[in-house]
Amino acid sequence: MTRTADAVVIGGGIVGCATAYNLAKKGLKKVVLVEERYLAGGATGRCGAGVRMQWGTEPNCVLSRDSIKIFENLEEELSYHDSIEFKQSGYLLLAYNEKMVEQFHKNLGLQHKLDIPSRWVTPEECQDLVPHISLQGLHGGTFCHKDGHCNPFKATDAYAKAAQRLGVEILTYTKVTNLLQDRDKISGVETTAGIIETPLVIGCAGAHTMELGRMVGVELPIYPERHQILVTEPVAEKQGPMIMSFYHGIYCQQVPHGGFVMGLGDPNEVKDYDEDSSWQFMHEMAAKITFILPALKDLNVVRQWGGLYDLTPDKTQILGAIPEVPGFYVAAGFSGHGFMIAPVVGELMADVMLGEQPKYPIDMYGVKRFESGELYVEPSVV
Amino acid sequence: MSDCKCKDKDLNIVCRCEDITIEEVRAYIDNGVTDLEQLKRMLRVGMGPCQGRTCTPIIIRELSVATGKPVGEVPLTTFRPPTSPVKLGVLAGGEEDD
Repeated sequence: MTRTADAVVIGGGIVGCATAYNLAKKGLKKVVLVEERYLAGGATGRCGAGVRMQWGTEPNCVLSRDSIKIFENLEEELSYHDSIEFKQSGYLLLAYNEKMVEQFHKNLGLQHKLDIPSRWVTPEECQDLVPHISLQGLHGGTFCHKDGHCNPFKATDAYAKAAQRLGVEILTYTKVTNLLQDRDKISGVETTAGIIETPLVIGCAGAHTMELGRMVGVELPIYPERHQILVTEPVAEKQGPMIMSFYHGIYCQQVPHGGFVMGLGDPNEVKDYDEDSSWQFMHEMAAKITFILPALKDLNVVRQWGGLYDLTPDKTQILGAIPEVPGFYVAAGFSGHGFMIAPVVGELMADVMLGEQPKYPIDMYGVKRFESGELYVEPSVV
Repeated sequence: MSDCKCKDKDLNIVCRCEDITIEEVRAYIDNGVTDLEQLKRMLRVGMGPCQGRTCTPIIIRELSVATGKPVGEVPLTTFRPPTSPVKLGVLAGGEEDD
């Protein structure tokens, strides 16, 4: 079956759903979103559910700052009748050596220039914010009260439902098998549900966006890397802020439901599509978190899972047009922080795809930066 | 739960971990959510300590009725470790305590 569309969005995570919503909101009549599994079945639904403005590069600071502003009123904007479980109890980033103290102060300088209300906190102030934190080895940290949590399934569902109300057609369990070109220009998308003729395609498929690039002969520097998370049984509210330690490569937050969600970045992880859970992760995660937050030792772990980061060489996302293939756009390579910047990314991508001037210039986030070497190396990633 | 505000004795809880009723499940199914993966994410059924030991067979039967698929063909969700809850302190101690 062949159908036509004004634009096809590939990927049913929050970036795809937000982009489809914004395209339809801007008046595009026929937008089709294609998802291989179910909505939020990839990186979005497997992420740590945190949202923070405390970053070390300008793009991430700005995109997250403005996305959090959108999250604050998202239920209203999207007329969502459920809750997206958004809470702002802050992120407390912990420093365990002098080098980190120095980097954090550098980050604070950048953040303050961009009106992000973060501040330096002493170890004692860390304990005021998170009473059960251990002071062992702690040099202090930075805190931003605007950071927090949002439910990725619900936020994606909110965008998807709003998009559908505006006429977006969502095809789940539909796999893209090829991208079609007329000379260089995009002319359609071949899927397991037939061909969709379209002049505009955007790849929002996380690490799989690399494969979409290969379908049109473009090598995108995006690599899959497994990251794992576990969650404990729900308990009464005990911890407001998300705590993060780049020294230990971990983060941990009590979500509104009551469970503690925690994850770990393993520097030796093989760059592959493996999403399985490992025993080693449980053990290492438990050892590290009970060092930083000893009181959590009595909490029961009820579940663990894995998901894929879509990593780029500078750990900053690739946004924008692919110049060699007119009509082909990419919003991927989010390197573990796509969920929290998706609301703004969705707006920017819709602007760029429709040939309008985006809210801020995004040329520098394009794939060409890997040729020119003008990278945005993000230091604050787990 | 002893402090449960529910007075309705006829309430049919299918997910005891998350206090989800059959009516809530059916409401989602009636709205077109006929995928256990989606129901799990929207309602938390199967995300509690028992990992769906009680609710999954019941919901699968509901999905079977709604979709006309035999029970055996309704796709299940991925089973996640641990099989039963384990304390972080025990996991952290692991190797030394063997």
